[in-house]
Amino acid sequence: MPHPLTLTVNGTGREDAVEPRLLLVHYLREVCGLTGTHVGCDTSQCGACTVLVDGAPVKSCTMFALQAEGCRITTVEGLAPAGGGLHPLQTAFWEQHGLQCGFCTPGFLMAATALLAENPDPTDEEIGRGLEGNLCRCTGYVNIRRAVRAAAAAMRAGAEPAATAVVGG
Amino acid sequence: MAVSQMIGARIQRREDPRLITGHGRFIEDRTLPGMVHLAVVRSPHPHARIVSIDTAAAGAAPGVLAVLTAKEFHTVLSGTMPVAPAFAPDKKYVPPRFPIAEQEVCFQGEPVAVVVASERALAADAVDLVHVEYEPLPAIVDPEAAMHPGSVKAHTDGPDNIGWDTTFAGGDIEAAFAKAEVRVKERILQQRLAPTSMETRGVLAQYSPFDERLTIWLGSQNPHFIRFFVSMSMGMPESAVRVVAEDVGGGFGGKISPYPEDYLVPAAAKLLGRPVRWIETRTESIQTTTHGRGQVFEAEVAARRDGTLLGLRLTQVLDLGAYHGTFGAFQACAGLMAGGVYRWEAVEARSVGVLTNKVPTDPYRGAGRPEATHVCERMVDRLAQELGMDPAELRRRNFAREFPFTNNFGLVYDSGNYDGTLDRALELADYPALRERQAEARRAGRLVGIGISTWVEICGFGPAAPTAGATGGIALVESAQVRVLPTGSASVFVGTQAQGQGHDTTFAQIVADTLGMPLETIELRHGDTAEGTGFGCGTYGSRSLSVGGMAVQQAAVKVREKARQLAAHLLEADPDDLVFEQGRFAVQGSPATGKSIQEVALAAYGGSLPSGMEHGLEAVSYFDPSNWVWPFGAHVCLVEVDPETGAVRIEQYVGVDDCGTVINPMIVEGQVQGGVAQAIAQALYEEVVYDGESGQLLTGTLLDYLVPTMNEIPDMTLDRTVTPSPVNPLGVKGIGEAGTIAATPAVINAVCDALSPLGIHHVDMPASPDRLWRLMQEARP
Repeated sequence: MPHPLTLTVNGTGREDAVEPRLLLVHYLREVCGLTGTHVGCDTSQCGACTVLVDGAPVKSCTMFALQAEGCRITTVEGLAPAGGGLHPLQTAFWEQHGLQCGFCTPGFLMAATALLAENPDPTDEEIGRGLEGNLCRCTGYVNIRRAVRAAAAAMRAGAEPAATAVVGG
Repeated sequence: MAVSQMIGARIQRREDPRLITGHGRFIEDRTLPGMVHLAVVRSPHPHARIVSIDTAAAGAAPGVLAVLTAKEFHTVLSGTMPVAPAFAPDKKYVPPRFPIAEQEVCFQGEPVAVVVASERALAADAVDLVHVEYEPLPAIVDPEAAMHPGSVKAHTDGPDNIGWDTTFAGGDIEAAFAKAEVRVKERILQQRLAPTSMETRGVLAQYSPFDERLTIWLGSQNPHFIRFFVSMSMGMPESAVRVVAEDVGGGFGGKISPYPEDYLVPAAAKLLGRPVRWIETRTESIQTTTHGRGQVFEAEVAARRDGTLLGLRLTQVLDLGAYHGTFGAFQACAGLMAGGVYRWEAVEARSVGVLTNKVPTDPYRGAGRPEATHVCERMVDRLAQELGMDPAELRRRNFAREFPFTNNFGLVYDSGNYDGTLDRALELADYPALRERQAEARRAGRLVGIGISTWVEICGFGPAAPTAGATGGIALVESAQVRVLPTGSASVFVGTQAQGQGHDTTFAQIVADTLGMPLETIELRHGDTAEGTGFGCGTYGSRSLSVGGMAVQQAAVKVREKARQLAAHLLEADPDDLVFEQGRFAVQGSPATGKSIQEVALAAYGGSLPSGMEHGLEAVSYFDPSNWVWPFGAHVCLVEVDPETGAVRIEQYVGVDDCGTVINPMIVEGQVQGGVAQAIAQALYEEVVYDGESGQLLTGTLLDYLVPTMNEIPDMTLDRTVTPSPVNPLGVKGIGEAGTIAATPAVINAVCDALSPLGIHHVDMPASPDRLWRLMQEARP
């Protein structure tokens, strides 16, 4: 029996009716058509489905869509500034070769966005702790670490700060 | 020769803009109108007889369109799933395999029925309502036990469990051992691993009854092979089947061979007249996607006291699982490569493939070559320890130095400079300082170890003659089509299939240099069997650049030479008098007179062609390399083992590799980093574990199967030497598997070195805290 759901996704208000057992990740992918958020496991280990819920990183497979009632959701599609261009983290992942197959990348970008909003100048250890909920099988993480460092430096130097770029609506 | 601009340049990847913004096109992102969802009913038993299947309750469940079993699939599918000869052509027992079990299930997770429903969740719900009555049978889990006559049989109607038993003899092994002044012997395990691409498998199929056409979308490393096999099973012309792989979220060997679902989903689409999609869950993936490794080695080395290597004798017992993986016998190449970078008087390798009641094994990144390198490099270290010789010195004393170098089995290493990579790695690691640091740590009672691995691999599959035999008929050559359009941009079609390797970028770099065209005007297309040349063999075995990239280069050269003829006609000059530079043909001596490649392209579709020249500007090339290519390198690792917990910490990691000419150094470095990480994962963390009695999979989720996080993988110091291959015009080799081949023994040699003061000489993988703690407890007085 579908229940009403009202929330904001990437700055746009939505009203839908969804089954109570529908996971947030499936709501985003199948109802909103935002397929950038990926499913890589069924036990909340891989982090490919990470999105921001009111600015906090959440594995969207661990949450029912109805639990996001009234929340502001940001997915990878909403990461870049509205006027075009790329978020500094996207730029850094591109420049530093922080992705290969790209399947885990949206989750890393969202988790890293939350990390940098909280800690604009993380050490390597802090980056590791901040991203330990995300698995990548291609890169060996070396260039992801580099990319997060590079993005942090760019953002400290005045590139669009993560917090304002991602928490839309 | 034109000055190269793009080859060797660190070009940012053209794949990335869509992937970093959430606009990738992975299999689960593709939907079709009217699409329905398939879920698989799988055996919970490793071995059982199917007594009956009751589908009534599932068939009546909400949203369910059909419940299908072997009976229904036999009306659409025929034959047995393919098994390639590979490196064990003389197989003894190959159990037939229909994509879905009918009378007997032989591993946990084997398909028994499928449910098709209007929604994925409803299909999953109905799976639980299919009632299958099983009569459990004894399961055989341990491959060594399975070898014994009288063992429980993995298939009740099989003669025994021996899939193959092949011995490769390279020289007079008895004579070599007769000269031995010292011998070392070791039993070395290669645990089962799950490839674990972050995107699981998935298949979407649509059958059009009106024109009898089938389209299959799937995550695959080789769509042409999938078309080849599925069209045969469905009794359809190969040309009536189109297979499409778009973005593929990693493969690592797990997306090479055809799987049951690759047949069942298209068959269900045909039976139901609806587009049908199946997406594998992670639990299904660990349970049913082919595993890699799963081998036990008994190895013995004979040597002189001065460190001269004489003979290497080994036995590989390979756990096949319940069926032969399509390319599972590829891993038998471990024996042929076990001599590594060294000169031996003789090497003898016996490979035994053994059936067990587990998921089949098949290539996983490196496939046979990591195993060969691990055995060889462990044994060389064991010998160094026995002789009290520095392991770097022992290696140098035995390196192959004259190239081409023919190994004991007649394989010809194309080019190499093993001293060069080892010297550079030891220099970067500051080896003498590391040894001093180790001595100091040992005086303080700390367990610090240094591991060295010097490696070589066979890759770049082709060539045609040996590989056609190995696949059962299809030569692993590669093809490309380069087509320049009237306005001067180019479409390039290839038969390889990237899963993160960056071919859109590197292959376009090759075309850009060959045709002098801007990179952004070159479109690289792969993954759609309806486009390009007749066949492509896909991406695995570090073959894409040295075979596929060379087909691209050769096709581009053909286009350039046709353009030269046309330009000469337009310029009223002799073709031999034209100079081609920066995308422009100019008359030698009068550089102002010329035609750009774009102007020539337009003319190729116009009305002023020389007589006898056909219209258009395009070419097809098939590249058949004359030999394999043989990348190599040296890795050095420093570890510290916690004496209380057994935890291993990698303190320093250095890798120096040589893959010949480099097209894009950024991508090469990324491939090595990722490969090293997967090797560290095998050395320290990952293992697929089945309960030895019940045959139940104990590591069925990513909570139990320990894929490392960022915290486990250190930064690496990487460098390269460049020794071009003589096998292809660009001098390239492969680099996709290098890190995985190189790093596992470097890490384990370091761990063994760290524990050697306790009298521990060998550690099996994964060198987990639990395993090391136990070894240390046993070793301590």
